[in-house]
Amino acid sequence: MSQDNGVLLQLRNVTKEFGGLTAVSDVTFDLPQGQVLGLIGPNGAGKTTLFNCINGVFPVTRGQIIFRGVDMTGWKPYDVVSLGLARTHQIVRPLQELTVLENVVAGSCYGHEQRSLSQAEEIALEVLEFLHLAERRDQLAASLNVAQKKRLEMARALAARPYLLLLDEVLAGLNPTEIAEMVQVVLRIREQGVTILIIEHVMHALMNVSDRVIVLDHGELIAEGLPGEIVNDPKVIEAYLGDPALAEKLMSGG
Amino acid sequence: MSSSKPAPVGKAIDRGGFDLSAFKLGGWKYPAFWLAIGLILIGGFIPVFTGSNSWRETMFLILMAVSLASSLNIILGYTGYVSFGHIVFFGLGGYVGLYLITAHGWSLWTAALMGGLAAGTLALLLGKAILHLRGAYFALATIGVNEAVRTFINNFDLFGGAVGLEINFLVYKDYGGPATMQWLTYWAVFGLTLFIVVLSYGIKFSRFGLGLLSIREDEDAAMVLGVRTPSAKTWAYVLSAIVPGILGVIFFFRNSSIAPQEAFRLHRSIELIVMVMLGGQGTVLGPLVGATTYEALRSFLLTSPLFKDLQLAFAGLLLLLIVLFVPTGIVGWLRSRYRKLWRVLE
Repeated sequence: MSQDNGVLLQLRNVTKEFGGLTAVSDVTFDLPQGQVLGLIGPNGAGKTTLFNCINGVFPVTRGQIIFRGVDMTGWKPYDVVSLGLARTHQIVRPLQELTVLENVVAGSCYGHEQRSLSQAEEIALEVLEFLHLAERRDQLAASLNVAQKKRLEMARALAARPYLLLLDEVLAGLNPTEIAEMVQVVLRIREQGVTILIIEHVMHALMNVSDRVIVLDHGELIAEGLPGEIVNDPKVIEAYLGDPALAEKLMSGG
Repeated sequence: MSSSKPAPVGKAIDRGGFDLSAFKLGGWKYPAFWLAIGLILIGGFIPVFTGSNSWRETMFLILMAVSLASSLNIILGYTGYVSFGHIVFFGLGGYVGLYLITAHGWSLWTAALMGGLAAGTLALLLGKAILHLRGAYFALATIGVNEAVRTFINNFDLFGGAVGLEINFLVYKDYGGPATMQWLTYWAVFGLTLFIVVLSYGIKFSRFGLGLLSIREDEDAAMVLGVRTPSAKTWAYVLSAIVPGILGVIFFFRNSSIAPQEAFRLHRSIELIVMVMLGGQGTVLGPLVGATTYEALRSFLLTSPLFKDLQLAFAGLLLLLIVLFVPTGIVGWLRSRYRKLWRVLE
């Protein structure tokens, strides 16, 4: 399998249209192996839609998505998973009536390594330990609070042992302590060599974890660079002007 | 847009479908398994101990209800798809079996297997066609299938049309005469009940079963986790259809005749749903408890002069009460009430 110069994920002119609405327009970028790439943009910029295109929830209208050297354009989500990609959802989707452990075991045994149940259980317990959920393993997922559900979502994705992890606003709705914890988790995942594409509105946190940042506005990629460059990019500031609070955060963050 | 499959990549093997190879460690140690087996063994042997034919007839109906409800539970309770016309597999199996016995002189046993095979094949084809429908749309489609098959057979001369098929009593001689035949078919249903309960248990604690439960909880999330939802759902549907198909052959063979009206009774489908919901959908013990309770209530109602015409109204009322007040059923309620019994009441 060719992996051009350590590039794990390549998007080539990816476009997604819903009827007349273009949610993602002509997006092209490379994500090298081992990097954390931040994806920011105002509300409605098409960030989550882009995630849904990458992991196969939506078929793209045009363009190509190449992962680990394989063109996976048009694949179903479960086929994408089998290549080693996992994601979390912005609005958490725990399997409510299953236990925390069962949730994570499902993530592991249906991940790309196709583990047996007993192996999956070992991996799941490890991951739960890592995310401080081990003592809640036998609780129903429905009984967790928001922060715990976010960690469960993360645990389920990690248990798949992915090469690439798509994180969709894992910090949203958390208090400052929880945010600090979660940032540590993300940094430790990166240390393990997992490549990460992360959508985040909590700017200072994003700037801390990202190697590079790309900016989406009205479905178009308007800027790309180091976190320090992005916060000073006039185009980016302009994109956020419709949202002064966010613009200010962006300026003060980093 | 290309739609190439991930076949060339190392580990991308389709194991989302029928895979019972990996039972969760210790699954068999749970008391729930032995409790279910024990209950069936005790119930199943009552007619032997009492030597009474009326007990045998009662237990025959109860065991048959337990197997039908347990089969339905695989698609309804585990996978979360309401198959409203599940009796179509029972009826179709019965027809295929009786046709082979009457027209081609097959033995009951091979005919029964063919009945199961026919039901499984229908489920496989239907799975491809209607399992992408969700919620009420799927339920409606299954009703449509039941009605369509009934109408088709009503006009299908090979299967006797509206009159149906009848077994020549002389056939029973091969099975030791009518009396022995009744015991023989009783043991067959007894064995099938044990089989479907063990299968239910095995599925629940397998990787495949975890995929089904994930689909029930959130089908889109399951897909993102890597569950091959189309094949997993189809296999669940096939597995839930085979035993009803076999039971159809045995039941109508014993009954000595089959006709469209009795083979595809829609209200029987609804009763099966009531049994699963009453006992507790998604648990192994649920259909067992639900089917037994419902059958017992039904025979009480049928023999009581006051209620004998209201039996179906009663089923409807029961379903309403369950959905409103105990949506998890008897077993589900006990499970959440007594957490210590969690592993006993699977």
